[in-house]
Amino acid sequence: MPLDFTTNLDYVWALLPEIVLCAWAMVVLVAGVWGSGDERGREAPGPDDGQRSWDLGWLSLAGVALAAVANGWLHGVQEVGPGRMIGVDGLRLFANWIFLITAAIAVLISLGYVYRQRLQSGEYYGLLLLATAGMMFMAGARDLIVVFLGLEVMSIAVYALSAFNRRDRRSAEAGLKYFLLGAFSTGFFLYGIALVYGATGSTHLPDIMTSVSNGSSGSTLLLFGVGLLSVGFAFKVSAVPFHMWTPDVYEGAPTPVTAFMSAGVKAAAFVTFFRVFLVSFQDVYTIWYPVMWWLAAITMIFANLIALVQTSVKRMLAYSSVAHAGYILVGLTASSEAAVGAALFYLLVYAVMNLGAFAIVIAVGNQGEEHGEIADYAGLGRTRPVLALFLTLFLLSLAGFPGTGGFMAKFQLLLGAMDAGLWRLSVILVLTTVVSYAYYLRLAWYAWMREPANGDRAALTGVPLPMRLALAAGAAVVLWLGVFPSATLDFARASAVGLVQLGGAVGAVP
Amino acid sequence: MITDSLVLSALLFVIGTLGVLIRRNAIIMFLCIELMLNAVNLTFVALSRLVGIDGQLFVFFVMTVAAAEAAVGLAIIISIFRHYETVDVQSFNLLKW
Repeated sequence: MPLDFTTNLDYVWALLPEIVLCAWAMVVLVAGVWGSGDERGREAPGPDDGQRSWDLGWLSLAGVALAAVANGWLHGVQEVGPGRMIGVDGLRLFANWIFLITAAIAVLISLGYVYRQRLQSGEYYGLLLLATAGMMFMAGARDLIVVFLGLEVMSIAVYALSAFNRRDRRSAEAGLKYFLLGAFSTGFFLYGIALVYGATGSTHLPDIMTSVSNGSSGSTLLLFGVGLLSVGFAFKVSAVPFHMWTPDVYEGAPTPVTAFMSAGVKAAAFVTFFRVFLVSFQDVYTIWYPVMWWLAAITMIFANLIALVQTSVKRMLAYSSVAHAGYILVGLTASSEAAVGAALFYLLVYAVMNLGAFAIVIAVGNQGEEHGEIADYAGLGRTRPVLALFLTLFLLSLAGFPGTGGFMAKFQLLLGAMDAGLWRLSVILVLTTVVSYAYYLRLAWYAWMREPANGDRAALTGVPLPMRLALAAGAAVVLWLGVFPSATLDFARASAVGLVQLGGAVGAVP
Repeated sequence: MITDSLVLSALLFVIGTLGVLIRRNAIIMFLCIELMLNAVNLTFVALSRLVGIDGQLFVFFVMTVAAAEAAVGLAIIISIFRHYETVDVQSFNLLKW
């Protein structure tokens, strides 16, 4: 079916997955309020509250599935005419799959947690769906106005989610910190948009490209604008030195929200980062390329070294997520088709394996925030061998062990970087990966080789069914992408084609 | 004329940034962020006189989003006040500010 963007009705079709998700979020919100009575004043969950919490979880999962159907349908459409605001291209569809998979796994691992922690389930799942819709708007945008709106729909929902557990003061603190620093970075992002708009006279990405290549590329306004936009994006993808909020917020937020944030928000920010910089600013590539080079190098080195000395599992995974942002930035620095395709593939694999690792943290934390230290994982292999097995798989994938999706993604990224002539950056990538083995394998070593501390492992509760589903699905995806990556990789590469016309890096290392 | 407006908005933006970095009261930090956003609005309107109507359009979106952000942000500040009886970010040390 062709989509003609000169008629407004076709915009509705082009936005079908987003519209489905937004509408479904409203349904979940209303269903959450419906017949809930006076739930808030009650301390203990009532007899039917647990059932309602589960029902709402499955309901929102149905919404994600519907949006996935709509997204699958979009694969068959062709664009006619200029899509001014939103594009129906491979990049958007690939990014949408990442977000939908992230949302589905996040709902599955939230079910037990939301019930045990007595969170208001209607609001929780509603916000989760709205944040996903915001990510999709952001990644599909062809205009900086839509980028900004999507960014804010996503961010505001995630601010609320990270402060969601009102009984826990750490959650409130994480919410405040994320909110203040996120809004602060939005200010920079917006100022960047304003200056780019002043320099080029447009907020439409292809128009900005035309204007930049027609000679406004040297203007000071544009340079300041690109710089401020980089700062805004670097905050959102948590690249060093703009990462200082990451460990605290990831540690304090409820663990399923941390998982969702580390996978979804990062993927959305990166896809938009790619789109804005590769579409609009490719003619000033020589100017932003050294900045990205240093950003990637510092992020990889610093984050991996700090992760070595962490004692809390959530903090360690937070620094690991910062380190992964560094790896993906290598793809942007190379900005060749192969490298960007590999970076997109990396985002998908990273989302799944990170969600899996956080799912184990939730399971070991008794669907709560218990047993958060690395030492608490001692003897997990004896008491809960299946959990320990999944943990080991996801850790190996995060570290990039051959046979897992993490290895394949890192390998492709490395090939892309070397193809673009980024030798020193490739060496840094390999060396920091070797360093990262130390902290990933330390956790696995604790799980398998250490004796349980003092027998309190018996306090570990059973793993609920949706969590098992999520773990099995995540493990299957990680293994599948590790062994048979070619179909997904081709899809990722095809999405990158057309985005990149540079054809490899130019110039030497700064 | 355009230079004056741009310099003024840049000054306001810097004042807002310094406020967020220096002040330790959550509400004041939040107001400084609002100052930054409004400095950007001024930039948009000023540039809009030069290059077209899109900038003024953008300002409306920014104002709407800032209002939504204020609602969520103040709710978060209230929820943290219930735990600590203060909004001074230096007294929150669970997560090592």
